[in-house]
Amino acid sequence: MKARGLYLHFPFCARKCSYCDFPSFPGKERYMAPYLGALLKEIGGYNKEKGEKYRISTIFMGGGTPTLFNGDHLAGALDKCRECFNVDEDAEITIESNPGTVDHKKLLVLRKSGFNRLSIGLQAWQDRLLKFLGRIHTAREFEDAVLMAQKAGFENINADVIFGIPGQSLEDWLETLKRTAALNVTHISAYSLIVEEGTPLYKLKQKGLPGEVAEDAEREMYHKGVDLLERLGFYRYEISNFARPGYECRHNLNYWKNGEYIGCGSGAHQYLDGVRSYNTPDLEAYIEMMSKTGNASLGSEKIDRDQEVFETLMLGFRLTEGIGKDDFHKRFGFDLSERYSDRISALKREGLVLEDDTAIRPTARGFDFQNQIALTFLD
Amino acid sequence: MPSPRQQKIRNFCIIAHIDHGKSTLADRLMEYTGSVTEREMEDQILDMMDIERERGITIKATAVRLVYKDDDGEEYIFNLIDTPGHVDFTYEVSRSLAACEGALLVVDASQGIEAQTLANVYLAMDHNLELIPVINKIDLPSAQPELVKREIEDLIGIDAESAPLVSAKNGIGIESVLKSIVAHIPPPSGDEDAPLKALIFDSLYDNYRGVITYVRIMEGRVRPGDRIRMMATGKEFEVTDVGIFSPALVPTAELCAGDVGYITASIKNVRDTRVGDTITHADRPTDKPLPGYKKVNPMVYCGIYPADGARYDDLRDALEKLRLNDASLMFEPETSVALGFGFRCGFLGLLHMDIIQERLEREYDLDLVTTAPSVIYKVVKTNGEVIEITNPTNLPPVTEIESMQEPMVKAQIMSPAEYTGSIMELCQERRGVYKTMEYIEGTRVLLTYELPLNEIIYDFFDALKSRTRGYASFDYELIGYSDSNLVKLDILLNGEVVDALSLIVHKDKAYQRGRVIAEKLKELIPRQMFEIPIQAAIGNKIIARETVKALRKDVLAKCYGGDISRKKKLLEKQKEGKKRMRQIGTVEVPQEAFMAVLKLN
Repeated sequence: MKARGLYLHFPFCARKCSYCDFPSFPGKERYMAPYLGALLKEIGGYNKEKGEKYRISTIFMGGGTPTLFNGDHLAGALDKCRECFNVDEDAEITIESNPGTVDHKKLLVLRKSGFNRLSIGLQAWQDRLLKFLGRIHTAREFEDAVLMAQKAGFENINADVIFGIPGQSLEDWLETLKRTAALNVTHISAYSLIVEEGTPLYKLKQKGLPGEVAEDAEREMYHKGVDLLERLGFYRYEISNFARPGYECRHNLNYWKNGEYIGCGSGAHQYLDGVRSYNTPDLEAYIEMMSKTGNASLGSEKIDRDQEVFETLMLGFRLTEGIGKDDFHKRFGFDLSERYSDRISALKREGLVLEDDTAIRPTARGFDFQNQIALTFLD
Repeated sequence: MPSPRQQKIRNFCIIAHIDHGKSTLADRLMEYTGSVTEREMEDQILDMMDIERERGITIKATAVRLVYKDDDGEEYIFNLIDTPGHVDFTYEVSRSLAACEGALLVVDASQGIEAQTLANVYLAMDHNLELIPVINKIDLPSAQPELVKREIEDLIGIDAESAPLVSAKNGIGIESVLKSIVAHIPPPSGDEDAPLKALIFDSLYDNYRGVITYVRIMEGRVRPGDRIRMMATGKEFEVTDVGIFSPALVPTAELCAGDVGYITASIKNVRDTRVGDTITHADRPTDKPLPGYKKVNPMVYCGIYPADGARYDDLRDALEKLRLNDASLMFEPETSVALGFGFRCGFLGLLHMDIIQERLEREYDLDLVTTAPSVIYKVVKTNGEVIEITNPTNLPPVTEIESMQEPMVKAQIMSPAEYTGSIMELCQERRGVYKTMEYIEGTRVLLTYELPLNEIIYDFFDALKSRTRGYASFDYELIGYSDSNLVKLDILLNGEVVDALSLIVHKDKAYQRGRVIAEKLKELIPRQMFEIPIQAAIGNKIIARETVKALRKDVLAKCYGGDISRKKKLLEKQKEGKKRMRQIGTVEVPQEAFMAVLKLN
C-alpha cells in the first residue's frame, strides 16, 4: 500500500513570535486538554474496523510548540497513531520543540515512546536578534536543549534558523550556522525571513524597520550560507533545507515529491486519495466541530490529473535532485522532456535548470527563481 | 411666410455647459408637456447610451417631439433637438443648430458662462437662432442670477432681463420656459410644395431598420415609397418609413417643411447618410443643396490592439459595428513589432477616442492596448513629395525630410481672472502663442491662444483644470498647419526600439519628454530576472537613460503541506499578471506602459 505522511498540529505556544503567521496561540492553555481530546478523536476516525488501514511512513508533530504538552500526552498521541494507522516499523517520527519547553525527563519519555527526530527552533545565535523576534529563549538555552536531547538518545536533530532579520549582519548569520553545526545536529532548516501580513513584524515594517536587510544583502546571506554549510558537511537538498547525507527529512521530502499525507488538528491540511482539504484554523471551532460532528474540515479540492502534474513540478523543482525522469514517467505515463521540451529549453536558456539522462534539476540560479520555474509549467 | 401649420411648430435646441443642467431641463420639459408619463420617466431620457449618462455628456444628437397646450388651449408642437456638448463634435452641433430656429441658453446661476457654452452660442448666432437665456439652479445658495444675467448681456449682447429663472431639478419656472419658447422662437417657414430639401443632422444604425436618418425638412415633403437621393454621396434609396420622435419612433404619413423627424430607407451604412448632407427627391431634385456640408476628418490618431492577439477579428468586427453608427470613426489595419496586429484609428478628438475605446471594452468585452495619440503631421520630403503621418513609426529617415508641419488650433480659455497667470504659463509651456485677452464682468477673462494640437491632445485639459481649481473652461478649433521643428523620439528597451512607443515631438521638448517617459516606464515595468536599460533616443543619440534593476530572487522560502494550495494560488495570480504583459524581445511590458506618455504629470 502507498506510504503516506501524517501531520499532527499543536496550536499552542508560550508566546507568539513576531514573524509567525501559523495558526498557533499563546494564552490558551485552558484548551490544551480538550484540544488533545479532539485531536485523538480525529485520529481515531481513521481506525477502520474492517479493511486496510492507511500506511504511514513518517509522522510529524508540529505547531506551535508541541512540547508544551507533557511527555506522556505526546507519547499517548503517538500510541493513538500506531493504533489507528499502519505505521511503518522504521517510520521517521519528528516532534517540534523550543528551548525552555523540554527537559531531560521529557526528552527521555519522548525518545522512549518512539520519537526519533527532534526539531528545535533556534532562529539566531545572537540574543538581541532572538529578542527582536519575540523568542522566549537564549542561544545558550538552545545549546542546552541540543545537548540534553543528544543525551536522551536523539541522534537526528534539526535546528531552524532564519536569515534576513532586521539588524542581522552577514557575520551574525554565518556565526549562527557555524555554532549550530558545531553542536553536531544532523539537519538545518534555514529560512529567509518572510514578513507576512497580520504578524506583529508586519505592523512594525509598515512603520519602517531599522536595520532592514536589503535584497542584495539577503541573497548574499543565502549564497554564503549555502557555501558555508556545504563546507561544514550539510548539503542543500531543498531551497531552505540542509542535511548531513542520509539525514534528509523524509516527512518533508514527501511533500516536495507531491506524495499524499494525512493532517489532523486545527488548521491541518491533507492530501488524501486525490483530494486536498484543510481543517478550520480556529482552535475553539476545531474543538467544537470535532465534538459535535467528528469532522473539522473547512474546504476541499479534488486534484485532477493536470493539476497533479503541475503540483508535482512546482514542488519537485524545490529539490536539488529535481524531477526524476523515470519517476515522473511512472507516475504520469508520459515523458517530461518530450511533453514540455519548449518550456524546458527556455528554462535552460535562462540558466534556471539543467538536464541530464536521469533528471531535470534547478541550477544555483534556479534556487533563487524557483517561482519562475514553476510558472513556466502553469497554463 | 410660415403656413398656419408651421405657425404651431417650434424647433429648438438647448445650449449648455456640462453640468449646467441641460438634460435635466429637457426631462422637465417632457414631463410638463406630458410627453412621458411619470412611470416612463427615467432620469435624463435624452442621454441614451450608458456612457453618455455616466459622463453626463451627449455623444449622439437626439430629438423629441413635445406637445404644449398654452393657457388659451392652443396646441404647439415643440421639436427639441439635444446636441452633443463637446468640442470634438462641433460640426455635429452646427448641423443640429441648423435644424432649429431657436435655442435655450442654459446657464448655471452660480457658475456663469463657460468657454464651451460661448463657442456654441457663437455657432448659434452664426445660424441666426433666436436665443432664450435660461438661468438654472436658482435654488442653490450660491446662485447669483442677477450677476449671471449681466454677464450674458455683457458677453453675448442679448437681453437677459426677462430670462426665466428656473430650477430644473426642483421643477421651478418650467412653465415660463415653455411660454418663452412660444413667444420668442420663430416658427419654421419653407415652401411645403417646393422640391424636397431635408437636412440630415444625425443618423443611427438600427439592426432591424438599417440607418435611421434624423432630418429637418427645410422645403417640400417626403412620404414612404418616395425615391430619395443623398446629394453629397449621390446614393439613392426608397423611403420605407417616415415619422416623429415621441421620443420613441412613431410613423406618420409624411413629413413636411418645418418638421423634425426621421426617415428610414433600408440604408446599410451611416456613411451613406453623412451629417450635414441634403436629402432630395430623385425624380424632382432641388437645384441646390443646403449650405454648410462638409466631410469631417479625424484629427487624432492612435493604434488600438487587442491585448490578446487571438481577438484581432473580434476587434475588427467591433470597430465595424461602431462605424455603422459613427461616420467619423476611421480605422485601417496596422502592424506593430511590439503589439502585433491591430488598427490605426482616427478620431474627431480625445473625447471621441476615449468613448470609442470605452465602448469597445465595455460593449464588446475587449481588452485593449492603445498607443499614445498622435496628430496628423505633414512631411515635405527632399524629393518634393508631401506625405501625411498619422503613425510616428512611419516618419521617413531624417535625410529624406525637407521640412515638417504640425496642425495648429485657436484655443479659447475662460477662467476667473485670478488664474490668468497660471494659464498663460501653461500655454507658454505648451508652445502657445498669445493672441488676445478680454475681461468679462471685471472678474473673468477670456484668453485666446494659438497652440499646436499635439500639445493639447495629451493632458492639457487636465493641467488646465488643476491649475485653475477646476474653474477654467476650454474650447478649440483647428486653424491650419505651421512649419515646426519636429523630431521622432524613440524608446529603446534592452537596446531595441519599441515601435509602439515612438512619438513625434517638438525638438525643444524632446529632451524633457524623453526623460519623463523613461522615468515613467521605470516605474511601470516590473523588475525581471535581468537588468533592463530604458533609453530615449533621437536618431542614434541617446538623450535619457533609466535602468530597471534585476530581480534578485523570486522564491518562496517555505513550502510544506499546508502551503501548497496557497502557493499555487499565488503562482496563478502571478501568471495572470504576466498575461497582461506584452513580451517585447525578452522584456515583459505592462499594457499601461503604452499609454505612459499620456500621464506625464
